[in-house]
Amino acid sequence: MTRRRWAGVALVALPSLFVGALLVWPLAVVVDRALRPGGSLDLTPVTTAASDPSLWGVVWFTTWQAAISTVLTLAVALPAAWLFARNRFRGRGVLWALLVVPFVLPTVVVAAAFSSGPGSFAVPRGTLWAVLVAHTFLNYAVVVRIVGVAWADLADRYADAAAVLGAGTWQVARRITAPLLAPSVLAASSVVYLFSFTSFGVVLVLGGARLRTIEVEIYERVRQLDLGTAAVLAVAQMLLVVTLLWVAGRWAQRWSVTLRPTAPAPRVTDRWGRRLGAGLVALSMMVILGIPLVTLVARSVWGPQGWTWSYWSALDDRRGVLQAAPLEALVNSLVVAVVATAIAMVVGGLAVAGIMSLERDPHGSRLARPAAFDALLMLPLGASAVTVGLGLLLAFGRPPLDLRSSIVLVPVAQALVALPFVVRVLLPAARSIDASMRESAAVLGATPISVVRHVDVPLLARPIAVAGGFAFAIALGEFGATLVVARPNLPTLPLTVARLLGQPGALNRGQAMAVATLLMVVTVGVVLAVDQLRGGVRD
Amino acid sequence: MNRILASVALAASLIVAGCGTTSEPSSESASDDPAGTTVRVVTHDSFDLTPEVLASFEQQTGITVELIAGGDAVAMVNQAILTAGNPVADVLFGIDDNQLAAAREAGLFAPYVAAARDTVRSDVAAPEGDLVTPIDLGDVCVNYDREWFAQRGIAPPDGLEDLADPVYSSQLVVQNPATSSPGLAFLLATVAAFGDDYTSYWERLVANDVAVSDGWEEAYYGEFSGGSGEGERPLVVSYATSPPAEVYYSETYAADVEAGTLPAEAPTGVVADTCFRQVEYAGVLAGSTNVAGAELFIDFLLSEAVQTDIPLTMFVNPVRADVALPDVFVRYAGTAGDVWSLPADEIDAGRRGWVEEWRRIVLG
Repeated sequence: MTRRRWAGVALVALPSLFVGALLVWPLAVVVDRALRPGGSLDLTPVTTAASDPSLWGVVWFTTWQAAISTVLTLAVALPAAWLFARNRFRGRGVLWALLVVPFVLPTVVVAAAFSSGPGSFAVPRGTLWAVLVAHTFLNYAVVVRIVGVAWADLADRYADAAAVLGAGTWQVARRITAPLLAPSVLAASSVVYLFSFTSFGVVLVLGGARLRTIEVEIYERVRQLDLGTAAVLAVAQMLLVVTLLWVAGRWAQRWSVTLRPTAPAPRVTDRWGRRLGAGLVALSMMVILGIPLVTLVARSVWGPQGWTWSYWSALDDRRGVLQAAPLEALVNSLVVAVVATAIAMVVGGLAVAGIMSLERDPHGSRLARPAAFDALLMLPLGASAVTVGLGLLLAFGRPPLDLRSSIVLVPVAQALVALPFVVRVLLPAARSIDASMRESAAVLGATPISVVRHVDVPLLARPIAVAGGFAFAIALGEFGATLVVARPNLPTLPLTVARLLGQPGALNRGQAMAVATLLMVVTVGVVLAVDQLRGGVRD
Repeated sequence: MNRILASVALAASLIVAGCGTTSEPSSESASDDPAGTTVRVVTHDSFDLTPEVLASFEQQTGITVELIAGGDAVAMVNQAILTAGNPVADVLFGIDDNQLAAAREAGLFAPYVAAARDTVRSDVAAPEGDLVTPIDLGDVCVNYDREWFAQRGIAPPDGLEDLADPVYSSQLVVQNPATSSPGLAFLLATVAAFGDDYTSYWERLVANDVAVSDGWEEAYYGEFSGGSGEGERPLVVSYATSPPAEVYYSETYAADVEAGTLPAEAPTGVVADTCFRQVEYAGVLAGSTNVAGAELFIDFLLSEAVQTDIPLTMFVNPVRADVALPDVFVRYAGTAGDVWSLPADEIDAGRRGWVEEWRRIVLG
C-alpha cells in the first residue's frame, strides 16, 4: 500500500469504528439472538416474514412514500436554493438561518402546528398527504442549504463562456449548471430519501394508525417482544439502504466536478422577470415555513381567554408536570448541543479527509473502496434505530465496555445522527477543490497540515459552517435520546415540550408552545451567529 | 431520527447502568448499612416527584438516588426482561398488570414486602409471590366534552354499548393498542366487558366511524374537542384524572383558587362503565447490588410523603387508603360505574392475539 493509502485508511478508521461499534455490531447481535435462539440457526422468522403479504406491503409503502417525499422536497426546495444562491435581497441572512427551524422542532410540535390553524385546512391528520407534507417541511432545509451552498459557489464564468459561445439559457442550464449541481443535489436527495425511508415520528403522529413504515412496524414488533420479525425487517431495511447508498455513492463519484475557486457574487436582482421569479419563490417559502411557525408563536400567546403572557411568564419556574424550569432546560440543551456538534465535526472531518485521500490514490484496492466508507457513514440515517438500540443493550450490557458517565452518551448519540449530514455537506465541497492547488502548495514546500490549514479549511469555510449549523440544530432539537438517557431531573427543551404535552390542560399546551418557540428562537440565533462568523452564503 | 437517538441513547444509558453494577460494593456490605450507597431507579417517562420529597429520602437514609429513564412503561419493562439477571438498576417503578406475568416468567424481581403494605387499599390485590409492591393506580376511561353535548342537547353516552350506538357515530377517538398504553387498556376493557364478543363490538365501533391515533397526545390534543383538546370529536380514551387535570392546569386555576371562583365542574367528564384499572407497581430487580437500598426506596414510595405527592405530580391515585386526596381530585375526578380489570395471567396469555385481531378489524 502506498503511504497515501495508509493515511487514508488511518483517517477513516476512527469514524468507521464509531459507526461500527455503535450501529453495525449491535444490529448483528440482535440478528444473532433472533435467528439463533438456542445456539443453532433457526430461519423460521425469515420464512414467516417472507410469506406475510402485509409485511411486503409495509416495505413497498416505505419505499414509494420516501421517493415521493424526496421528489416533492426537491420540487419545492430547489427554487429556494436558487433564490439564496443567485440573488441578493434584504433579510437573506435571517431567512437562511430560519430554514433550520423545522429541523429542530419536535415532531409533536410540528404536528400541532400543521393540524390546527390555517395549516389544518390543507393538511388533514391521518392521511398520506399529511405525512408527505411533513416530510417536505422537515427536509426542506436539507436541500436548500446543501444545494444552495454549492450553487452559490458555481462560477458564473462557465455559464458566461457558454453564453458567449452561443448557448441559450436552457442550454446553459442543461449543459453547464445541471451537471455542476448534480453532486450536491444527489447528496441532498439521498439524505432526504433516507430520512423519509426510516421515518418514524411523523408517520406515527401524522399518519394515523393505518400507515406504517418498516421502522414503525419494527417498533410495534419489538413492543410485542417479537424479536424474530423485528430482526428480519431490520436486516431488510439495512440491505435496501446499503444498496441505495452504494448506487448513490457510485453516481456521486462519477458526477463530481472539480472547480477552481472563484468569488462569484450573487447578482443583484434587477431584471423584472428575475425579480418576479425571486418574489414568487420567496412567497412560497413564506408559506411553507411561515404558516406553521407563525401558528406556533401565536399559540404561545393565545389561550382560551384570549391574549395572554402567562405561558411565557413562568419559564423560569418549575411547575406541575415539569422536573426543571424551562430556562434550566435551555442551558442543558445548549451545553449538550455544543459538545455533540464538536464530536460530529471532528469525526466527520476525519472521515471526509480519509475518503478524499483514498479517492486520490490511483491504486485503489477493492478492500478500501472510499464508496464503502462513505456508505458506512450514512448508515445512522438508514439503520433501524429501534433494533440498534436493542442491540446496544444486549451487546454491551456487560463489562469490559465500561462507559461511566451516561451524560456523555447524549451528545455521542446525537453526534452519530449528525455525522451523515456533516459528511454529506463537506464531501461534495471537498471533492470540488482542485487537486492541483494542494499539489502546488505541497511542491512549494507546504506540509500536509499546512495544506489543510491554508488550502482546505479556507476553501471549505462555508460548507463547514453549514455542516456545523446542521449538527447543532440536530442536537438541539433532539428529543428521543435525551428522553431516555438524560437524567430525568436534567431535561432539555424538547423533553420539556414532551412533558408538557403529556398531560391535559390549557396551561400545559400553551407553555409547550412557548417552550417550542423558545427552542426555535435560540436555534435561529445560534445558526445566524455561525453563519455570520463565516458567511453562510456569500454576499 | 429521534428513534435512532432514543434507542442508541437508551441502550447506552443501560450499558452505563449495567457496567456500574460490577464495580459497586458487594451486596453484603451494602445490606449492612446502605447509607452512603447509591440506589438506581429505572422509571418510565411519566415518573415525577417533587424534588423536595425525593431529597427527603436522601437526607433520611444517606442514600443517593440515581434516576434512570427507561422510555415508556412497555419499552422499559421489555428492556428489563431482555436483560433479566443483569439489571440496569436496583428498583424498577412503573410496571402494570399488562406485563406482570411476563416479568414474573423472566424472573425479573426479587420478593419484598414493603413496610407499609397493610395500608394499601383493600380493592388493590397484592400480586402473587410478593414480587412487586403496588404504588399507584389510574383508570383509563372514555372522556367526553360537556359543552359539545350540552350545545346539541344530546345526553353524553353511558357505558360501552352507547359508544357503538349510531347516535354517537363519528364521535369517538381511541389509540392504537399496539403503540399506546391507554389504547391497550381500552381494548382490555372491551375484552373484560364482552369476552370473546369483543371482536363484534369493535366491528360495531368501526361501523360507527371510530377514529384511531397512534398515541395519547395526538388523540387528546389533536382529535378531542373537549378541554384543551383542539379537534372535532367529543369522545376520547384518556384517564379518569384528565378532568381534574383540565381544571388544575387551566390558566385561571391559581386566580380561581384565590378568589374562590373555581368552576362547579370540569370542562370534561368521564363516561360511566368505560374505565379499565391500571395499577402501577415497583419491585426490587433480581441481581441488584444494593438490595437494602432498593428495599428502602420501595418503602419510601409507599410512604405518606410520596403517596400524598403523586396525585398532583403524576396525576394518578395513591394506593394507600389512609392518604387524603387533594381537593381538585375530590371535586373533579370521577370514576363512574363499574371499573373493568383482567387478571395478569389472562392478559399475558391473550394480549398478543387481541392486539392482532384488533389490527385486523380496525385497521383492515
